[in-house]
Amino acid sequence: MTDAAKPLSPDEAFRPPRNQWWDVWDQFKTHRGALAGLAVFVLIIAFVVLGPLIWQVDPGQINIRERNQGSSWTYPLGTDQLGRDLLARLMYGGRVSVAVGLVAMLLGLVIGTLIGVLAGYFKLLDSPLMRVTDLFLALPLLPLLLILVTLFRDVLAKTFGESIGVFLLICFAIAITSWMQTARIVRGDVLALKEREYVLAARSIGTPSSRINTRHILPNVLSPIMVSATLGIASAIITESALSFLGLGFPPDFPTWGRILYDGRDWIEQYPARVVWPGVMISLTVLSVNYIGDGLRDALDPRIRGR
Amino acid sequence: MLSYTLRRLAFAVPTVLIISLIVFLMLDMAPGDPTGSLPLTIPLEVREQIRISLGLGEPVMIRYFKWLYMMCVTEPLHIVQGMTGWNIAPEGPRILSWQTRSPVGDIIVQRVPQTLWVVGMGYLFGILIALPIGVISAYRQYSWFDQVGTFVSMIGFSVPTFFTGVVFILIFAVWLGWFPSMYDTTHVVRDWNSFVFQAKQIAMPVAVLALYNASQISRFMRASMLDNLNQDYVRTARAKGLGEKTVVLVHVLRNSMIPVVTVIAIGIPTVFTGAIITEQIFRVNGLGDALIRAIYVSDWPMVQTITFIFAILIVLFNLIADVLYGILDPRIRYD
Repeated sequence: MTDAAKPLSPDEAFRPPRNQWWDVWDQFKTHRGALAGLAVFVLIIAFVVLGPLIWQVDPGQINIRERNQGSSWTYPLGTDQLGRDLLARLMYGGRVSVAVGLVAMLLGLVIGTLIGVLAGYFKLLDSPLMRVTDLFLALPLLPLLLILVTLFRDVLAKTFGESIGVFLLICFAIAITSWMQTARIVRGDVLALKEREYVLAARSIGTPSSRINTRHILPNVLSPIMVSATLGIASAIITESALSFLGLGFPPDFPTWGRILYDGRDWIEQYPARVVWPGVMISLTVLSVNYIGDGLRDALDPRIRGR
Repeated sequence: MLSYTLRRLAFAVPTVLIISLIVFLMLDMAPGDPTGSLPLTIPLEVREQIRISLGLGEPVMIRYFKWLYMMCVTEPLHIVQGMTGWNIAPEGPRILSWQTRSPVGDIIVQRVPQTLWVVGMGYLFGILIALPIGVISAYRQYSWFDQVGTFVSMIGFSVPTFFTGVVFILIFAVWLGWFPSMYDTTHVVRDWNSFVFQAKQIAMPVAVLALYNASQISRFMRASMLDNLNQDYVRTARAKGLGEKTVVLVHVLRNSMIPVVTVIAIGIPTVFTGAIITEQIFRVNGLGDALIRAIYVSDWPMVQTITFIFAILIVLFNLIADVLYGILDPRIRYD
């Protein structure tokens, strides 16, 4: 305490407090890969969300006379064996793939955060919940996903309709097999945070546990949650495409990137574009999301930030 | 250490049992019925007899314990008998596949070598590529080698294997015609020419897996090396006049390998399950292919057994990884 604090100049003293998210953004900007990833990701989202508004072609429109066309002005990326426009199919397929990625990630995040917070905060629940997490980590995930999808596809398709049912099932199946890492990270952070003085202070003035968690603990575990969210999108998109690729995902008239790739595989020798385009879209999305995750991890780490 | 291992083992067994029970109950709820695909002209009584002959007449738990007994005692003994010729296999029923009516164990024994060759070589090459890349990337951090290496590993890590596989087929099988696009499992290596053919047909699936595994392991290797390069003991080693080669390759590398070895051990079972996709692309009839085919035709005994094997592998290698970590790193004390 010998160093007297440097007196602030009036400008500095009256500067409005700076939101920490600006600091995060400043750090994020310095990561070139992350910025490029963000730009590509925004472009892809624009492609799948706004694309169909501009390119108004029905992706399910069968036109046998125009089948197996190459690139032309009417069909920028050509048509498939039933004469359906590949560009439109890529746009609609992207909608489904990205939607699956986001919904599955959110679901997984909610489950993981909930279990992580419960296990970290309540001592009684810690051991049983962590045993469950260990059990899930020991499950063979891909085989289990395949089994889940085959078993419940027909049941859910009957209750919710073909497309919605499969969508819900795939999102749920991916979420239930991917929440474990989030839960572990969140639990570890909560364990450390709940011993801090400010949590003790909050408890001493009678804050109920639920409020302590939502107001004081959750905002402080947000960084690891955000990083695992971005990685979650990437792995959910890959898993969905892998399921579609194995023929156990969405039905054939319901395009997703994985499904288009799977359908195009039989024509790879004559029309390689049909395999390459959806594959490039999947890879670009996952690559951009992974780069965003990398940048976010650096930006949210206070030890790196500001250096 | 030994008591820790035993404790973990005591915990691993119930884990595997619970997993197998979960999968068994899930498959039991399945709407698919093995008699469902039979002609409708078969009368109900006969249908019921077929169900009983398939072992479906009893309550779930009895069937589960019967399956567990066959899985843990009958099938392994039959497999050992098949390999050694000793007469040790017990009498009694075996787990029958619904699609082929032959014992599941026999099918798995036929399928395992292909998977082991392709997946094992893919993993081995992946490690061999990843380690030097990780070491050099970390030692020359931010150099062009590091930039290129991290970029390539990011791509290898992000691009799903089903797309790399398809691209490899497109480039090397369709355009260049160097390698066959399908894996011929009936091929036998007899002489030099057949060996060359075998090497050619295994090249692409191995390359796909190696690329994917290498990109993951090299990221770990690089991070682990970077952690160690700034440690005090490195400065001490340099200060006492050791050559740069000794410092990096003996002192730093050995310490950096500790987490990497455990990552490699944990990764082995996921490679098995992940290879399902690679086996599908190149039509390798390995274990993953058997699983996919069984799922397509609702052959639940087969699915159950292969999933159980995967679960055992995962639990076993997690255990191995933990024990290895304790052995390699004397700072870790489990008791």
